[in-house]
Amino acid sequence: MPNATYIALIPLLPLAGFLMLGIFGRKYFKNTSGIIGTTLLLVSTVLALYTAYGYFFEYGKVDGIYQKLVPLKYTWLQFSEGVSIDMGIILDPISAMMLVVVTFISLMVHIYSLGYMKGDERFPVYYAFLGLFTFSMLGLVVSSNIFQIYIFWELVGVSSFLLIGYYYDKPSAVAACKKAFIVTRFADVGFLIGILILSFHSGTLDFNTLIATLTSPETAGYKSAAAASFIGVSALTWGLALVFIGGAGKSAMFPLHIWLPDAMEGPTPVSALIHAATMVVAGVFLVARLFPVFAISSPNALSLVGYVGAISALIAALIACTQTDIKRVLAYSTMSQIGYMMFALGVSKYGGEDGLGFTASMFHLFTHAMFKALLFLGAGAVIHYIHSNEMKDMGGLRKYLPITHITFLIACLAIAGVPPFAGFFSKEEILLAAYEHNPTIYWIALITSGLTAFYMFRLYFNIFWNKEAHVHGEHKGEGGFAMMMPLVLLAVGAAVAGFIPFGHFVSSDGKRLETAFHLQFSIAPVALGLAGIFIAMWMYKTENNKPDKFAASLSGLYKATYHKFYIDEIYTFITKKIIFNLIGRPAAWIDKNIVDGLVNATGNGTKDISEIIKGFQSGKVQQYAIYFLVSVIGLALLFIYWWK
Amino acid sequence: MNLSLLILLPLLTAVAVLLVRNAKQVKVAALAGATAQFVLAFVLLFAYYKERATGNAAQMLFEQRYNWFPSWHISFHLGVDGISVAMILLTAFVVIAGVLVSWNVTKMTKEFYFLLILLSLGAYGFFISLDLFILFFFLEIAVIPKYLLIGIWGSGKKEYAANKLALMLMGGSALVLVGLLGVYFSNSAQSFDLLQLSQLNIPIQTQMICFPLLFVGFGVFTALFPLHTWVPDGHSSAPTAGSMFLAGISMKLGGYGCLRVATYIMPEGAKEYATIIIVLSVIAILYGAFATMMQKDLKYINAYSSVSHCGFVLLGIGMLTKTSMTGAVMQMVSHGLMTALFFAVIGMIYERTHTRQVSEMSGLLKRMPFIITVLFIVGLCSLGLPGLSGFVAEMTVFMGSWQHPDAFRRVATILACLSIVVTAVYILRAVTKTAMGPLTAGFEELKDATWNEKLAALILIAGIIAIGVAPFWLNDLVSPGAEVIMQKLSR
Repeated sequence: MPNATYIALIPLLPLAGFLMLGIFGRKYFKNTSGIIGTTLLLVSTVLALYTAYGYFFEYGKVDGIYQKLVPLKYTWLQFSEGVSIDMGIILDPISAMMLVVVTFISLMVHIYSLGYMKGDERFPVYYAFLGLFTFSMLGLVVSSNIFQIYIFWELVGVSSFLLIGYYYDKPSAVAACKKAFIVTRFADVGFLIGILILSFHSGTLDFNTLIATLTSPETAGYKSAAAASFIGVSALTWGLALVFIGGAGKSAMFPLHIWLPDAMEGPTPVSALIHAATMVVAGVFLVARLFPVFAISSPNALSLVGYVGAISALIAALIACTQTDIKRVLAYSTMSQIGYMMFALGVSKYGGEDGLGFTASMFHLFTHAMFKALLFLGAGAVIHYIHSNEMKDMGGLRKYLPITHITFLIACLAIAGVPPFAGFFSKEEILLAAYEHNPTIYWIALITSGLTAFYMFRLYFNIFWNKEAHVHGEHKGEGGFAMMMPLVLLAVGAAVAGFIPFGHFVSSDGKRLETAFHLQFSIAPVALGLAGIFIAMWMYKTENNKPDKFAASLSGLYKATYHKFYIDEIYTFITKKIIFNLIGRPAAWIDKNIVDGLVNATGNGTKDISEIIKGFQSGKVQQYAIYFLVSVIGLALLFIYWWK
Repeated sequence: MNLSLLILLPLLTAVAVLLVRNAKQVKVAALAGATAQFVLAFVLLFAYYKERATGNAAQMLFEQRYNWFPSWHISFHLGVDGISVAMILLTAFVVIAGVLVSWNVTKMTKEFYFLLILLSLGAYGFFISLDLFILFFFLEIAVIPKYLLIGIWGSGKKEYAANKLALMLMGGSALVLVGLLGVYFSNSAQSFDLLQLSQLNIPIQTQMICFPLLFVGFGVFTALFPLHTWVPDGHSSAPTAGSMFLAGISMKLGGYGCLRVATYIMPEGAKEYATIIIVLSVIAILYGAFATMMQKDLKYINAYSSVSHCGFVLLGIGMLTKTSMTGAVMQMVSHGLMTALFFAVIGMIYERTHTRQVSEMSGLLKRMPFIITVLFIVGLCSLGLPGLSGFVAEMTVFMGSWQHPDAFRRVATILACLSIVVTAVYILRAVTKTAMGPLTAGFEELKDATWNEKLAALILIAGIIAIGVAPFWLNDLVSPGAEVIMQKLSR
């Protein structure tokens, strides 16, 4: 049986680290904070591995089906009968898998940062924030209650905000952290309303009960959710679609992706942890968590997931081909890969062979976490060395950074889907699932996989080959053991993780899923991927003017992708011109001039009236006598003529 | 637990403040009094829990009744339920923090502290009164000090602001008085007693007239749109502790009155007017938020955001479900703590930079890490970050509002939900501009918080976190009180 205390400690240890370093770090742990944070996380990682091992191999399976265990649950806030926010732990294949992924990647980043952030003035604060993020993300993945997940969702958002804005005196970092928070907040409103809808009909916030209610057509909750409708769409679909909007915001899906590239203003290890491997897959995780409801009760909502994922995958891949900041290339590539995970869920069905998409999506999440974290940490080593994010400042670095070079190459091969690296297996499964259920998405995915190989190797050749970089100043080498060890470990993961029989552990219905390898099917994507690599090699391996000529020949398309299809400009227009000028300014003006104007007018009016009346009480008896006389005559006249 | 202590203690403190000689002694006396109140509030909380735990299910606990004006059936009737206990706790938190941040007031120190203590006296009396006449009496006690606090110790357009505030609040009180008299003369018992009134069935015709009088009258205190315009001017002109008391305590008198007096004794009236209440509160929430977005002065930002946040109180009441009304009370407590902290922090920043214009400062995190961390915490609380009190209160209101299946209330709830984005926009604009970026030239020598400021901030933060991390205790405290109103409504 699962040991609830151990599982609870997995998120609580990083929280303890956050509190300790956040409150006392500046005073007492100026130099030791990195070690403290890393040690706590190491314990968490061990506990997570222990928990996952126990779940997958000892007690998780009953009659061949992985169960959804809830070893811990406390009522946190009771709203009404049966509806409460509980703080609990759910243990099922995806949460067990995520516990391992999050703690492992976070541990790698903690270790890496010991070298990368060494000598930083706010070292304790950095580790405190990392602890807060890790706590929130772990709390998110084990949430047993839909409101609990929303709570940790917001906490993850704020830790991302704090870490993007870590270099707080840099205006671009400040702008980026604000943007990230506000864009995801906007999406979260959708999530919140989705929760309100789903909980209203199912009469619960608890995941297990909610899923059970909304997937069985005979329950009253299902009936009311399916019957109620708004503009022809059932409440159930609305609820799920709105929840998905929240997920799309966090996972940087089109058109809510604009915050992700800017989020690269944060320290590079943070980008690896939050904006590549863990937080940004929260949206995928959320859809996976509610997957039975999507798949069984609302195919429409699920196909929305599929198409949004596919469009995001393609658009991001196109944009990645023209960006020149290496972290931005990686950011768009992240968005593209998350698009893969999303549409894999979108094309999946619930249960059996048709549930391949679900397994493939989770598999890709797992492998992507490895190779994308590796890519970012590698990029971090390059930036650390060259002090620039721009490709034009790089080139020929394979000689100076041999370990980084090799590990980076492994990651590039993995993401490009070259066998036998990890990305190949997970991507093949995704493509197969798409091929079987949705040809449109399959073709989009196929094109995207070619583009992926191209832009990744464009990046690779520009950093490590091409012209000789102008390396100046003192050479710190590759950054020492702390920075190299995570690279090597992750590279091993990116190389071999694909051989895990993922379907045996994670599937849509908890049953064992056999995933076969189809040779004929793999030919097309692998060939496309290799083609992408060769084109990139031809264009970028040595310094030449082919890229410029190519860009010139495609001028319109090139410009559009270079400017990220002007989506940022559209948002700026909407927020600055429409919301500020057409809503905010008038609201403030109306308040000052009309509403308050009326209040002042009432005040002044009263004063004016009293100004007039006060003359009447002059204290002069003669005047009173005259008033008296006039009034009496007036009244007399009134009586005479009116009341005859 | 003797509830009269809650009146006697501030009274004694006020007398002590008047009697002692120099400014130092005044401060010590005021702080001692505030600390005693703080302790007393906790004693009350635990006494309340103990009574409930021993199975005392009476609606009001620790009742006391003395005849005051027998021929008019006015009695000095005190008693508390969970809602009042929550409000008393809030008052005690804000009072001690307010006394602490005013440590550097040099102008007429004695009078300043006297007025602060007097205001707290009015608030405590108001929250424990079960007789509407003495409730009104305490409400008036709480109004007058505000006028003087702004008029004498204020800044900017202080005379204008003080007049506006006093006149609008007096106008609100006048409506309350008329409403109370209407209820008094129309009920068969000719009683001002809240518990007695709640047992009567007030005829619907009377409710149709008296409910809006009482609701609007109390509503003025809690920034009911469009009678909220005293809020921005009043808050921004008041001295720091004045703003804290005004937003932290005084605005809550209105919300409490709307719920405990207007809605409780005339629930049918509340039902009839619910649509209007909901419309006005949603306007306040959104319009207040958008108006905040355009403000440039930190105090105006917090004042307008108070309009928006207090809209949630009125929305919770207008939705008339147990959950939403519980949420309304939670929002009162949460907003009280949060906004008091916000004003305190703005005061600290102003004392150092001598400006409140957001555009004139940046990068303050470098020089004052403690103050700016507090600013971040309070900003995050304001935008509803889980773990801090604002989230709990707002979510409870949303959940309660969504229990109605009708389209009108659904749309109202969705619109209210949208405000959480606008709130994030204005809070982040203000906080990131002030705290982050390169340090403004000339601010290199600024000092971080002093002991009294740190203590004040930590006390309020403790309250915010206690609600945000473990909301169940507040929920258990408040929801039985809301349940009583629901029972009366469904009767």
